[in-house]
Amino acid sequence: MGTGTGTIAFRRKAVDRVMKGLFCLCAFLVVLPLFLILFDLVIKGAKEFRWTLLVDLPRPVGEPGGGIANGILGTVVITLLTMTWSVPVAVLSGIFLAEFGRGKLASAVRFAVDTLSGVPSIIMGIFAYILIVLPMRRFSAWAGAAALSMIFIPVVVRTTEDMLRTVPTTVREAALALGIARWKATLRITVRTAWPGILTGILLAMARIIGETAPLLFTTLGNQFWQSRLDQPTAAVPLQVFTYAISPYEDWHDKAWAGALVLITMVLLINITARVLTREKR
Amino acid sequence: MARKTGGNIKDLLFERTTGAFALVVLFLAVLLFAVLLRESIPALRKFGAGFLVTGTWDPVLERFGALPFLYGTVVSSFLALMIAVPLSVGAAIFINEFAPPWLKTPVSMLAELLAAIPSVIYGLWGIFVLVPILRDGFMKPLTKYLGWIPLFKGPVYGPSMLAAGVLLSIMIIPFILSVSREVLATVPQRQKEAVLSLGGTRWEMIRIVIGQHCLPGIFGATILGLGRALGETMAVTMVIGNRPEIFASLFQQGYSMAAVIANEFAEAGGLQLSSLILIGLLLMLVTFVVNFAAKGILSKMVARASRGI
Repeated sequence: MGTGTGTIAFRRKAVDRVMKGLFCLCAFLVVLPLFLILFDLVIKGAKEFRWTLLVDLPRPVGEPGGGIANGILGTVVITLLTMTWSVPVAVLSGIFLAEFGRGKLASAVRFAVDTLSGVPSIIMGIFAYILIVLPMRRFSAWAGAAALSMIFIPVVVRTTEDMLRTVPTTVREAALALGIARWKATLRITVRTAWPGILTGILLAMARIIGETAPLLFTTLGNQFWQSRLDQPTAAVPLQVFTYAISPYEDWHDKAWAGALVLITMVLLINITARVLTREKR
Repeated sequence: MARKTGGNIKDLLFERTTGAFALVVLFLAVLLFAVLLRESIPALRKFGAGFLVTGTWDPVLERFGALPFLYGTVVSSFLALMIAVPLSVGAAIFINEFAPPWLKTPVSMLAELLAAIPSVIYGLWGIFVLVPILRDGFMKPLTKYLGWIPLFKGPVYGPSMLAAGVLLSIMIIPFILSVSREVLATVPQRQKEAVLSLGGTRWEMIRIVIGQHCLPGIFGATILGLGRALGETMAVTMVIGNRPEIFASLFQQGYSMAAVIANEFAEAGGLQLSSLILIGLLLMLVTFVVNFAAKGILSKMVARASRGI
């Protein structure tokens, strides 16, 4: 009997060890792809990276050199265009939900935000195509920005509301007790207190739309040259990476890797900046 | 609108102004649905419910059916879940229960960074790194020895349903992982300690307490991952092979709803455009249902946890 329980105890401990090992393996396998992807991006991207990539226009297949400068400009322009009107809409909606959000309108808006944030991004491309590309009869930076807004807005509304809710009621009450008007107290005190968190949300959403490709496929379409007007087809780095990657040409594949390295650098820099901002707040 | 400061016109104006912007967001959501519905009506009229069960996709004859795309979307997403769910739950258990404190933050942060990588970069990596590895290291040997099983039938090209499933699984892991961790964290500490104090090992504690407590939540996390996988476009488009046919083999090419929209939309017109928009509408409705199901399950979990059951 004594040996019997000993064996059972031994087996239970062994199973415990094995399971612990398996869970550890899972964690390893989960983070492994990140290292593999970043490793390949750096090795293959850096091999083809030239500084001219950042300042030259794309060149045809077979011609050496050439860059993605128009794509970088396009990505910056489309992103800024998206944010100029999406940030106010999203932040003010978030303020409404957090500060006045009790009625039917507020629950309807929350439902809409939840719904929108789950919609696949390519659907937003269809939306902007129908509403902007078809009536204007051309692909444009406007249409791309409209599609990206539909992705940007729900994310930022949600984080703004969440961040404002973390501001203690006592802060609001203290402001009101001093006789400050409610609108002023909300903007100057509540919003300002929550601002680092809101800014983090904005930056994370920005990092996300910079890398979005699907909604741009048939809204901005892409362009081989400099574009000076917002109502023209516009180049973007993710689109260039896609085009180069699925092309049958070896030297374009190299450019896809170099472009991807530029793209991931932009995305991760913004992402990490955002996370550092939040950490300082704590 | 009569609040403490009800008499103040500026306060009312502030509430109304922010409310107007919130109304814009609501309006955009309604508009999105209305626009997609309106534009898909021609295809809906022409093909009706048959759209879902027809396998032809012929722009020349203007006959369109979504079955191959539905099939590809469902199979690739299901495959992704089969891989991602056990790995994510295992990793969540490791981080929450076993990992030394200094390891917790880095591991979860790295997993979160996976979610930040743009989809087109997953696709690029998929084409040039993952697909060759799967083709030479997994698919070729498997067809050679197990090719008589329909699932593993050749010929092997590389781009395939399997490649899409594996790539998708990497992309949805961060979401399932973070939700699983939240779910695991809802287990009351007392219950865990109770099992340990009775002499149970850590694994027994996990199996008993977490198994009974967390299964609905993990199911919710799975459904949430499914919602992500269904709509993923670029990465799938780049590795699934884009062939509008249905094969039993996972090693053959496939197509997905999002991928066909990505590939054909810019050049489509007339009935083809309407059919593509109808596919988009279907995709949107499915992700809508899936996401709300997941949220329902998860909020029930949280409510139960806050009651301390």
